[in-house]
Amino acid sequence: MSEVIDRPLRDDEKPAASRLRIVDCDVHPSLRSTDDLNEFLPKRWQHHLKEYGSHLRTPYLFTTPYPRSSPLIARRDAWPPTGGPPGSDLAFMQKQHLDPLDVEFGILQVLDLFIFSQQNLEFGAAIQRAINDWQLAFWSHRDPRLKASILVGQDGTDLAIAEIERCARIGEYIQINVSPRANEPLGRRRYWPIYERAQELDLPLGIHVGGYGGHAPTGGGWPSYYVEEHQSNAHTIAAQLASLVIEGVPERFPKLKFVFIEGGFGWIPSAVWRMDQHFERFRSEVPHLKRKPSEYVRDQFWFTTQPIDEPDEARHLRSLIEWVGIDRLLFSSDYPHWDFDDPRFAFKTPLTEAERKKIFSTNARAVYKF
Amino acid sequence: MARHIVARTTEIPPGGNKVVDIAGRDIVVFHVNGEFFALLNRCPHEGAPLEKAACVARLTSPEPGVYERSRVGEMLRCPWHGWEFDMRSGQSWFDPNRVKIRSYPVAVERGEELQKGPYVAETFPVHVEDSYVIVEI
Ligand code: FES
Repeated sequence: MSEVIDRPLRDDEKPAASRLRIVDCDVHPSLRSTDDLNEFLPKRWQHHLKEYGSHLRTPYLFTTPYPRSSPLIARRDAWPPTGGPPGSDLAFMQKQHLDPLDVEFGILQVLDLFIFSQQNLEFGAAIQRAINDWQLAFWSHRDPRLKASILVGQDGTDLAIAEIERCARIGEYIQINVSPRANEPLGRRRYWPIYERAQELDLPLGIHVGGYGGHAPTGGGWPSYYVEEHQSNAHTIAAQLASLVIEGVPERFPKLKFVFIEGGFGWIPSAVWRMDQHFERFRSEVPHLKRKPSEYVRDQFWFTTQPIDEPDEARHLRSLIEWVGIDRLLFSSDYPHWDFDDPRFAFKTPLTEAERKKIFSTNARAVYKF
Repeated sequence: MARHIVARTTEIPPGGNKVVDIAGRDIVVFHVNGEFFALLNRCPHEGAPLEKAACVARLTSPEPGVYERSRVGEMLRCPWHGWEFDMRSGQSWFDPNRVKIRSYPVAVERGEELQKGPYVAETFPVHVEDSYVIVEI
């Protein structure tokens, strides 16, 4: 936990001096306005967007069901002076985030327009396609540090495959993103064509928490409070990890890399211990698994660090990191959202230089091949 | 401890703040309900700039379904993760003994008095008819 801070920044804490050269695996750009998509969206869908908007299982157009602690779930200091929502102004993002924190590569994660939660699959595919183009035109091409992902909605598997092919031909995307809240658990075979194509193209599969699927975010139903809902991010992806592993996706696609984004990592050790323990007992139920669940996790899954867990004692965070595996963790800031982690201060536990280097840079460089 | 003249009282509107550099320290001075508070401009959690914090009220609930607001504007809510601090003492609401922002004594004095005393700032022209915010570090 923190202590009173009563001193100026030491030199080694100053960004320029620390030369962190970090890879930030979770940076959120935002549309300044949906009009920015017009050049990438056919007229038919532009009209649809204006006339019908999102068709979700949540109330109100262009809103989340409640403000979630901070307007647009953003840091209060992240609103660009030029107007527009946090994350919508590249120059301000460079000045506030990329330059001072010495971000060598930042991986874009777009959440606008409830991109993964659209129930009208064709409309969803149209805006996914538009946003995939917008990521290049508005971000990656203007700042080569910023890397784009191929966003697809896996429930329209054919549409997803077509979009993956289109983007793969462009050749600038570094992963394929799917939703953790699809209509069925992620291990189901209906989604395997996407995994197969990802493996062939050697693109990691990114799974960023959030979105509104058709299911309550906890096994116990809908939460009453945001603080309660926030816990459910971990439950949801823990369930998806189990589904992927136990249904045999990594067994079937041994070269496919999975990156769980924004789910934190405190829940991983017990989830993996439990899977292994039950696998010993119930092996005959899942004979398609040739190895212990933990082995698939150790070989094919990576986890971004934010929101980092903050146990009272630093050594507990240290053991947690060791249990998960220092080579499994990829630093992420979640800029500009309210639970942003500052790479200089978020890891309140001693790490050696070599370990820091892995978490803040080389692990991600290996996964994404920068 | 030295005293530093950091602003004219009229310079910081109610609910507003001013950031000043005193001896290499980034200090933020808030004006709340006619009072001034000076704090280090960094959250003890991950270092967020407190000049962007929200000045909020204390919200308590003595029993389920009953809510009480008090000390309106005197609580600081960090612009990043929302930790709350008492502006008067810098103490955090959830762990007042261990987690706090460094706070500094503040006084408001008339230019007339300051011109008599040893504290006239060389860089800050002091006028007799104004009042000034003084931070002690
Ligand atoms: S930096 Fe202030 S609450 Fe985290």
